[in-house]
Amino acid sequence: MANTNELKYSKSHEWVRYEGDEAYIGITDFAQSSMGDLVFVNLPEVDDEIEVGEALGDIESVKAVEDVLSPVSATVLEVNEELLDAPEAINEHPYDAWFVRVGNITETEELLDEEAYDKFVEEEA
Amino acid sequence: MEGKKTPLYDTHVKYGGSIVDFGGFLLPVQYEAGIKKEHMAVRTECGLFDVSHMGEILVQGEKALEFLNHVLTNDYTDLKDGCARYSPMCNENGGTVDDLIVYKKADNDYFVVVNAANTEKDFQWMVDHKIDGVELSNASAEWGQLALQGPNSEKVLAKVAKPEAIPAGYYTCVFDTEMQGIPCMISRTGYTGEDGFEIYMPADRAVDAWELLMDAGQEYGILPCGLGARDTLRMEAAMPLYGHEMNDEISPKVAGLGFAVKMDKPEFIGKEAIEAATPLKQRRVGLKVTGRGILREECDVYRDGKKVGVTTSGTFLPYLKGSYAMAIVEAADREIGAACQVEVRGRMIDAEMVKLPFYKREK
Repeated sequence: MANTNELKYSKSHEWVRYEGDEAYIGITDFAQSSMGDLVFVNLPEVDDEIEVGEALGDIESVKAVEDVLSPVSATVLEVNEELLDAPEAINEHPYDAWFVRVGNITETEELLDEEAYDKFVEEEA
Repeated sequence: MEGKKTPLYDTHVKYGGSIVDFGGFLLPVQYEAGIKKEHMAVRTECGLFDVSHMGEILVQGEKALEFLNHVLTNDYTDLKDGCARYSPMCNENGGTVDDLIVYKKADNDYFVVVNAANTEKDFQWMVDHKIDGVELSNASAEWGQLALQGPNSEKVLAKVAKPEAIPAGYYTCVFDTEMQGIPCMISRTGYTGEDGFEIYMPADRAVDAWELLMDAGQEYGILPCGLGARDTLRMEAAMPLYGHEMNDEISPKVAGLGFAVKMDKPEFIGKEAIEAATPLKQRRVGLKVTGRGILREECDVYRDGKKVGVTTSGTFLPYLKGSYAMAIVEAADREIGAACQVEVRGRMIDAEMVKLPFYKREK
């Protein structure tokens, strides 16, 4: 499992893992557990430009639909197609189940470290 | 959170239920296992639901049968003691006031179970259309109700109830019985498409009954189940839900409930309007996703670019592992096997018109 203290977190419950100039983006354990059993994922396509604060895709549970908001403005280099067939992987391993790998990052919203994010979740819950 | 609590509210919290406001009642949408596991437990083993929010109305008196045949579309003339029968209740325009189940305890003594959110409306409707010789009482607050559903239900119930307390046939019931000292009425009915029981007990014994059945069900894989699984289970079995497949405007015939609308009865409220609306302009149909996406309710349905109807319920169905919807479409455009498209949040999802129910248990 990913080392969660090396991740950065958005207040809309996405995580970012930087690797050099690139980053992987997924959703947090809090986000997956609030949604319940995920049954469908919409992902962008390779080469799509994603914008900070805008939907890069969405996730659907039996009862609900939520946008996944991008914490960065960047270019999509790769999408995790395994999630399309097995969205339950997000429930099972939220920090390994990355949605997209991005590069050419031009803008990043203010992100929290693990401690600040945990505190934020606690206050919000 | 505002909202009425059922007698089991604290029990739901204790069992880890995620509480939501449903039609004015605080009830669990799911427990820790989640909707998919709860759904599968009912299909393969068994599950226990709190349905104490449902309304109970007593219809008694020498004209009780005449009254039921007047306000309901089904025919109760030949209903035997200890048996149950489903019916829509219509307004003069042929729209649906509610759908409900009538249990016959004895001549002139019926027990009617209605949808929670409609209890007050239904009771008022019945009072407004009452005839002499009928007594009506809204007993909803006095009753707790549990639904024990799934193929193992009978084994679980047999651990806590004597054989004579267990109704043998579908849509039969045993009044004035007990489960280990808890007084109850046990009915072989449900809203999941599986074998199972709906058990009515005094509200102050509902917690005891819940714990008794949960204990008895441990060895049979019982899970506490919330409203989420209740909805996916009824959808898989294509059982209509009031406010979705039917409402004050939609006739039970359009909703596919013609089997419970007895046009050969001399009269019932709504009969003339239903007659006048024949042949039907619109009908219910099943939709199955053939492309990618999850169908949701209140989405437009298209065939060859022309709008032909609207979905009334839609989600991902855990046992069938796919997305399905029910829709009300133009009768002329309803064709099993036909390709169609459903517009969900601006995206067109490819689907196919299919027969209902989506799921039918093997008997």
